[in-house]
Amino acid sequence: MAMRYIPISPDEQADMLAAIGLQTIDQLFSSVPPSLRLQEPLNLPPAHSEIELLRRLTIMAARNATSETFSIFLGAGAYHHYRPAHIDALITRSEFLTSYTPYQPEISQGTLQAIFEYQTLVCQLTGMEVANASLYDGSTAVTEAILMAHRLTRRRRVLVAASVHPEYREVARTLTQTLGLEIELIPYNRTTGQLDLGAVRLDASVAAVVAQSPNFFGVLENLEAISHAAHQVSALMVSAVAEPISLGLVRTPGEQGADIVAGEGQSLGIPLSFGGPYLGLFATRQEFIRQMPGRLAGEAYDHHGRRGFVLTLSTREQHIRREKATSNICTNQGLMMLIATIWMASLGRQGMKEIAWQNVQKASYAAQRIAALDGYERRFTGPHFNEFVVKTRRPVSETLARLQEDRIIGGLPLGRFYPELSDCLLVCVTEMNRREEIDQLVNCFDQM
Amino acid sequence: MSHDQQAKPTATHIVRDEALLFERSRPGRKGYALPALDVPQQPIAQLIGEAYLRTDELSGFPELSEVDVVRHFTRLSSWNYSVDMGLYPLGSCTMKYNPKINEVAARIPGFALHHPYTPEELSQGSLELLFWLEQLLCEITGMGAATLQPAAGAQGELTGMLVIRASLAARGHPRQTVLIPDSAHGTNPASAAVCGYQVKTIRSNERGLIDLHSLRQAADETVAALMLTNPNTLGLFEEEIHQVAEIIHGVGGYVYMDGANMNALLGITRPGDMGVDVMHLNTHKTFSTPHGGGGPGAGPLLVTKALEPFLPIPRVVKSEDGTYHLDVDRPHSIGRVRAFYGNFGVLVRALAYILSNGPDGLRAIAETAVLNANYVAHQLKDVYDIAYAGACMHEVVFSDKHQLPYGVKNLDIAKRLIDFGFHPPTMSFPLIVPGALMVEPTEAYGREELDAFIAAMKTIAQEAREHPEQLRSAPHLTRIGRLDEVAAARKPVLRWQPQSASAKTDTSA
Repeated sequence: MAMRYIPISPDEQADMLAAIGLQTIDQLFSSVPPSLRLQEPLNLPPAHSEIELLRRLTIMAARNATSETFSIFLGAGAYHHYRPAHIDALITRSEFLTSYTPYQPEISQGTLQAIFEYQTLVCQLTGMEVANASLYDGSTAVTEAILMAHRLTRRRRVLVAASVHPEYREVARTLTQTLGLEIELIPYNRTTGQLDLGAVRLDASVAAVVAQSPNFFGVLENLEAISHAAHQVSALMVSAVAEPISLGLVRTPGEQGADIVAGEGQSLGIPLSFGGPYLGLFATRQEFIRQMPGRLAGEAYDHHGRRGFVLTLSTREQHIRREKATSNICTNQGLMMLIATIWMASLGRQGMKEIAWQNVQKASYAAQRIAALDGYERRFTGPHFNEFVVKTRRPVSETLARLQEDRIIGGLPLGRFYPELSDCLLVCVTEMNRREEIDQLVNCFDQM
Repeated sequence: MSHDQQAKPTATHIVRDEALLFERSRPGRKGYALPALDVPQQPIAQLIGEAYLRTDELSGFPELSEVDVVRHFTRLSSWNYSVDMGLYPLGSCTMKYNPKINEVAARIPGFALHHPYTPEELSQGSLELLFWLEQLLCEITGMGAATLQPAAGAQGELTGMLVIRASLAARGHPRQTVLIPDSAHGTNPASAAVCGYQVKTIRSNERGLIDLHSLRQAADETVAALMLTNPNTLGLFEEEIHQVAEIIHGVGGYVYMDGANMNALLGITRPGDMGVDVMHLNTHKTFSTPHGGGGPGAGPLLVTKALEPFLPIPRVVKSEDGTYHLDVDRPHSIGRVRAFYGNFGVLVRALAYILSNGPDGLRAIAETAVLNANYVAHQLKDVYDIAYAGACMHEVVFSDKHQLPYGVKNLDIAKRLIDFGFHPPTMSFPLIVPGALMVEPTEAYGREELDAFIAAMKTIAQEAREHPEQLRSAPHLTRIGRLDEVAAARKPVLRWQPQSASAKTDTSA
């Protein structure tokens, strides 16, 4: 049967069968016991032409609200940011898009050099010494950081700030539960929104202290004080990052003493895409590289002395070490890594600063205007980046429903993750939100 | 070998130097434009506090125009081999054609711009897509329930092992060991270990299949699961899978199947009918998401109906009124394995692929993939050793046994293939075949392409006898020669530094 993705005609198929001495296709499957062979075709929808397929999917997609149809003030670990058009033009080049993991360096230098550049950019952005070639996403990167801290310290207690993205915390709990790790929450200060390290027992049983900045409430943490406290008991400081654009403006985790930076790189040019695929950022200090999960590209030379790049230090990985590997991760987020590399290269030194600056300016404008309304207040006093928590005049669900009538998605109701904040909304403003949208949001709040 | 079968190497690789981004950087260039700030500007130190501000001016970050960036990455791309360029016979990785319509589908704005925390009533399209895809994958595999959350095959494995562990714990005892055949993927033992299990290796028999005798001896009440790959990494179907499942079920364990090789089974047979309890799929392999230089993929997990309560949260559920919801109220669930709902964009591509092909198309894919592998196996079996001569499925494992006497190893053969314009086969496993060359042609290559590959392999075999040194120093026709990986690992340089060796290179590009 001729199918459009199969470059073999029925006649050629017959010839090939004959060449190997068979008469029918079924004979190819002689090793599958007859009792296991399907007698009927799979019960699936019939083959769709491109026209039918796109029509069907477009109708489905139209049932989703997006920034094309609504004013959206959602962040919380997934951000709507500027994506220059040339990103998609470059990543859809077949040579990038349809190549595999670069195990054969002589014909994979494009991907390998891009990984090396990415590793460098992540180090520069985070102030760390080495970065890997990416992990799945922020939640699994933070989990891998915890596992790495456990390997390095051989300790089992992990202190994780309650202001770390709740889904990252849940994932860490799920994926470390069988290894006997104890995850304890560090409460947040009810006034500032920053973590309160004094409220937990920090001693030599602690493998790592995990803090996120800006944290889930959008508030910046004093990472220096946290890493200082962690290092006093020889624990590692893991800095989680969900909004890496903030690093264009705020002090790096590296400068503040972080041992591992783990987080989400979606902000760096990757589409929202209903939560994935995203990009797990992971960086650490040189001395820890042999305990680092994930792939690494390194510089190498050929016999003519020409510079190139190879995957290196692979003895940590599962295809060599099997059950003794540092991690079971195999696939990474190669294409997302490439997007982030192109995005950071395009924004460059000036753009990274400017986009971060615009985020702060716009979010501050929105926060100040909302806080000036009767019955609304900014819930936390700590400095924020592009998100802030608003206590609303009316119940949150009522507020959001009212905004939706005006085609506004006003933020994330926090009660879902923090019952004590059930009267609060997490509002995000980026460079993509125009002033009119912000003003309309403020007006709607005011009219309620 | 007749003369017309003699293949000639051809230079296919573009030779052009391209410095690193950082070396191309020139102060003052910019590759973006933002709108002017449209709200009143305030002093930044006043907004977030001096103590929080970055002071290093992002030193080292490149400064480039858009044109610089586009040329840079276009040039880099020209150094990559890709599926769209030619045969990529990377066994077990299923490097098949990636239909372009899938890319269009994933970029429909209603999907690409959809925020994961959009209220459910305004997310019905994406939720419906997830719900529907779960159902289709259950039909394809014969399993009872699915979760689309795992971000990759290895994460699917880990999730599956956690589900098994949770189920056994609910029965009173999580057990200690996982049995894994020596022909398994490297991620299998790693996943079992990360889940806290002891790994016990099961030897393959002389036919390359699970040895039932060894399995019976190893199967006892401590066994949580057997993790197998079917067809296995030797490209062979586990003919006795029913007995294998019976043995494991007999001691109260579960059968986990690595579905990486599902491309060979589409529409032919279903793991759920074989006695498999838990399996993952690699949607990027079987359902054609481009590999993107190493990812992203997606590794949906499928389980029997009985194991559904343990699947990760959230679950996508459909109400009686036809609306879709995310259910997190699942008391037996292992918890969340990834933020949000999985690699949604990859799942859109998988759905598009399934719909484009339909049931007959999927079956034709498996048939053609298996035909192509058998064709290559047949044409090369007299030239290269085939370690296990069974009825091969979608991949065939050769070895360098016939070439070793001339001092030629599998790596040399692989590198020489590059000179003929092909990507080398997989060499790192299966571990039980010394000098392995695992070839998986997939359904995406026609007879001419396969014949050209066969001819190249034959020429290389001849060169191994006559000019072995030519192979040991291959490739010769690429921009860059064999790189010194040993030196690279001994003193790793993992990033650019202004003072590093990289700075020696010409930066006048």
